Amino acid sequence: MFYRENGQFKIAYRADQQIFPIAQDRWAVLALIAFAFIGVPFLADGYLFRAILIPFVILSLAAIGVNILVGYCGQISLGSGAFMAVGAYMAYNVFVRIEDMPLVLALLAGGFFAMLVGIVFGVPSLRVKGLYLAVATLAAQFFCDWAFARIGWFTNSSSSGSVAVSNLSFLGWTIDSPVEKYLFCLTFTATFALLAKNLVRGAIGREWMAIRDMDVAAAVIGIRPMYAKLSAFAVSSFIIGVAGGLWAFVHLGSWEPAAFSIDRSFQLLFMVIIGGMGSIMGSFFGAAFIVILPIFLNQALPWVGSLIGVTVSTAMISHAEFMIFGVLIVWFLIAEPHGLAKLWSIGKQKLRLWPFPH
Amino acid sequence: MKFRQIALGLALATAGLTGVVSTSVATAQEKVQFFPSLTGRTGPVAPNATQFANGYADYMKLVNARGGINGVMTLVEECETAYATDRGVECYERLKGKHGGATVFQPLSTGITFALTEKIPADKIPMITSGYGRSDSADGDIFKWNFPLIGHYWVAGDTVLQHIANKEGGWDKLKGKKIAVAYHDSPFGKELLPIMEERAKKHGFQLQLLPIPAPGVEQKAIWLQVRQQRPDYVVLQTWGVMTPTAIREAIAVGYPREKMFGTWWSGAEPDLKDVGAAAKGYSAVMMQHGAEPQSDVVKQILSMVYDKGQGVGPRNEVGQVLYMRGVVGAMLSVEGARTAQAKFGKGKPVTPEQARWGYENLNLTQADLDALGFKDVMRPVATTCSDHMGSAWARVHTWDGTKFVWASGWLQADKTLIDPMVKASAEKYAAEKKMARRSKEDCQS
Amino acid sequence: MAFFLETTLGGLMAGVLYSVVALGFVLIFKASGVFNFAQGAMVLFAALAMARFSEWVPAWLGFESLLLANIIAFMLAAICMLIFAWLVERLVLRHLVNQEAVTLLMATLGITYFLDGFGQTVFGSAVYRINVGMPKEPIFVLDNIFQGGLLVNREDLIAALIAATLVAVLSLFFQKTTTGRALRAVADDHQAAQSIGIPLNRMWVIVWFVAGITALVAGIIWGSKIGVQFSLTTVALKALPVIILGGLTSVPGAIIGGLIIGVGEKLSEVYLGPLVGGGIEIWFAYVLALVFLLFRPQGLFGEKIIDRV
Repeated sequence: MFYRENGQFKIAYRADQQIFPIAQDRWAVLALIAFAFIGVPFLADGYLFRAILIPFVILSLAAIGVNILVGYCGQISLGSGAFMAVGAYMAYNVFVRIEDMPLVLALLAGGFFAMLVGIVFGVPSLRVKGLYLAVATLAAQFFCDWAFARIGWFTNSSSSGSVAVSNLSFLGWTIDSPVEKYLFCLTFTATFALLAKNLVRGAIGREWMAIRDMDVAAAVIGIRPMYAKLSAFAVSSFIIGVAGGLWAFVHLGSWEPAAFSIDRSFQLLFMVIIGGMGSIMGSFFGAAFIVILPIFLNQALPWVGSLIGVTVSTAMISHAEFMIFGVLIVWFLIAEPHGLAKLWSIGKQKLRLWPFPH
Repeated sequence: MKFRQIALGLALATAGLTGVVSTSVATAQEKVQFFPSLTGRTGPVAPNATQFANGYADYMKLVNARGGINGVMTLVEECETAYATDRGVECYERLKGKHGGATVFQPLSTGITFALTEKIPADKIPMITSGYGRSDSADGDIFKWNFPLIGHYWVAGDTVLQHIANKEGGWDKLKGKKIAVAYHDSPFGKELLPIMEERAKKHGFQLQLLPIPAPGVEQKAIWLQVRQQRPDYVVLQTWGVMTPTAIREAIAVGYPREKMFGTWWSGAEPDLKDVGAAAKGYSAVMMQHGAEPQSDVVKQILSMVYDKGQGVGPRNEVGQVLYMRGVVGAMLSVEGARTAQAKFGKGKPVTPEQARWGYENLNLTQADLDALGFKDVMRPVATTCSDHMGSAWARVHTWDGTKFVWASGWLQADKTLIDPMVKASAEKYAAEKKMARRSKEDCQS
Repeated sequence: MAFFLETTLGGLMAGVLYSVVALGFVLIFKASGVFNFAQGAMVLFAALAMARFSEWVPAWLGFESLLLANIIAFMLAAICMLIFAWLVERLVLRHLVNQEAVTLLMATLGITYFLDGFGQTVFGSAVYRINVGMPKEPIFVLDNIFQGGLLVNREDLIAALIAATLVAVLSLFFQKTTTGRALRAVADDHQAAQSIGIPLNRMWVIVWFVAGITALVAGIIWGSKIGVQFSLTTVALKALPVIILGGLTSVPGAIIGGLIIGVGEKLSEVYLGPLVGGGIEIWFAYVLALVFLLFRPQGLFGEKIIDRV
């Protein structure tokens, strides 16, 4: 009853073409953004920011990028960690080597270079599909792992291979308290999420979805597969690169190539699958699930253990985390293979009638 | 129907989550000295790092059994990192404010050390990185909060090369020889290289660098290269399961184990006991202590902790190399806190900043160490504002097929070579971070 | 020249070891269309079971003979893999019929995580020894032609023989037994196989069990070589370029692909590696497979991908 769009008439094409045509959606998203920007800084404490909110915001940005490639364009990619690494290292080089480089420009430059690398490693997608492509993208992952460990230029010839940034500032504001870092990342994520949502509603997004559903038929009706696939790789890698720069600069502060290893790629793919492929909202759900679950398990397991009178060792907690994580992934895929976003849209469907039975 | 079940489940889970997370964030003010322990009990370094964690925890229990630090009891809480930097950082964030504030962190991982070096000045918590981490953090004028007590990798590299030079008959005999370094391809592994390159330049021997990508399961190509190049010696800078794999592959290509030397994280029982007699002759340089089952402190741990059933790990591992490293690490943590208590007030817990002062003014004489039970295990440690390492002694032990035996006397790293390197590297870091050297007044605080 | 031959030989034998792991992937993919990322975790789990049982069984039953302990441990580990296969089919595969490839892939990743945690809980996370009597010291052959002789790793040679035996046994199984024929029918066309009465679910249990046995053999070989350790799961990552080069659905492809990848990897690391600083092994195999794919997108022996509009 509350979600019905009865009585919402559009009298101009602009109103019909907006991102959130249903007024309830508009209000809800505005409220959510307002809560995220204004409400959360008052409610959350330092640990919550550093351990949960900032990783969640950055990883959901990365998940949006991966979703565009895997969910909207159907190209399975296991090289997302490498693109994050390219974004991070190139942003670092631009930031450190050019005097007085603004932080935002450095991050966007990192995204730009990630885009170039993404296009290069996306070329095999023109010839190879499906699981073969997934394994081929692993070439990108491992090559980048090696390149950042071996080629000294990327790490500014640091003897240990580990790099660090500090003194982040934006237009004169230093970004070092958790709230400032959170707001900085949130701005990026919100902007890119809105841009991505617009992109996937447009012609290029429809081309991607056509390629995903049946690429031969898409080519037959005149969609150029090369353009569509490579543009998907480009946009996706740009977003992932910016997320990588944020992850390195804002969350880690100091990092090594192992921070962007294949585990990160799998983590991003999990977020997309669990959140829902082909859904921007789903990227956020998936990121929340994957970020919060290990921490939740880490806190909850000793508590559960103490309830039944068993002290759980840290190793046991770690093993149990793995087991529960695995079981939850499988359970999720069985219960709702289209992810949390599908649950969300089912919920919205039910809301149209609720509280009435029909 | 199915949707309702799923929705209900999710709602309950979220409720549970918020409940649990909020209860964990609230802490009570307790009169204990809190020592967090970042462990590696799972993952690629589990066999080795577990012993360290056990030794650390057991020594803290011993301290409590002896009456605490002037009456203040120690409290250890572990957090599993599995040698992953991001998990280590998350553990740090979670533990740093608990139980009245973490006194000191010992991350046991060079990767986590690099990450935390950026965070601890703002949080004002000291970090002890005995035998690992940044070698340039020995320069206390720049790295105020880092303490690579009793050794870092440049000490390891220097002393292992000294031992090799002694075997050859002098530094000049090394000219023209070839020394291969097989290292973990990460900041941990690469940290050894500067001292090796410095010595290679100085004495004219050739270095062959062989990076081993983690986790090091497939090392055949590397050891085939060793066979091809036939270096006179191989130095291993590996950790965890990479070490036994390296030794096995060396056996498989027939490289003599007598010419292989590990650094102090590459020469312990978990690395060698499964290889057994085939690894006879393999040596490793040790950061002062080796396997010390007959030492006084081990006897005390056995009688005051294990006999009361409070031991954390298996009894037969008490006294092994990495167990002792945990014991030594715990001892240094406690003694720093005790030194701080002497200045800031005995009988009450010290804050992390006060503890930092303690680590900076540590003065453990041989008599102090003997009284603590470390006779013949350790040499005196004395830190100052500029020198956060405090001691640069090492010895080499060799595997005889079933246990380790000492193969060298006490070796001391060459300060004339290492100090300028440390200073230069620290200055480079300070220039990047745009920070100045600490002033004299700052040293007294 | 001698060293080149040694490297090639070493590469061939390493390739055989990769093939043994890759075989498990191919078997499962052929019969159930699932890309089993959990193969690495299965190798580790099977190896852990074997290592620990070979320690515990003599302690429980109180005898000393290593051979008997190994045989009993092998059988117990095989039973573990059978239970595992049955559980996977019952709890996971049955509910995910007809889902997309990516979903199934992610499900096997979930199984990987579970198996990692479960294996370490039950069997422990230290490094364990598998002692099946493999010789550790190398031998030197052909020392009349090459000075000093060619280094041949005896352990790898025996492992290659074991792998060859395994492939022979599997081929016999697939060609000569009824179950094998039924499995080939299922691999060819699920619906047709069901229509003639082949119980699909039971076939999946059997194929996962056979893949589990392959994983057990691979685990014993690798475990004997480097010790049973956590990083054995990464061996599966090395097997991936093997299967995409050989073709996801081809057993001979897994073998040939393995040999090519093994030799390519070792030669590149030894000869090209020093030019660029070393460590190129981790990506060379993938790039090699990628280049092959650009010319033959279905791999060397894989089924041609036919898209129907």
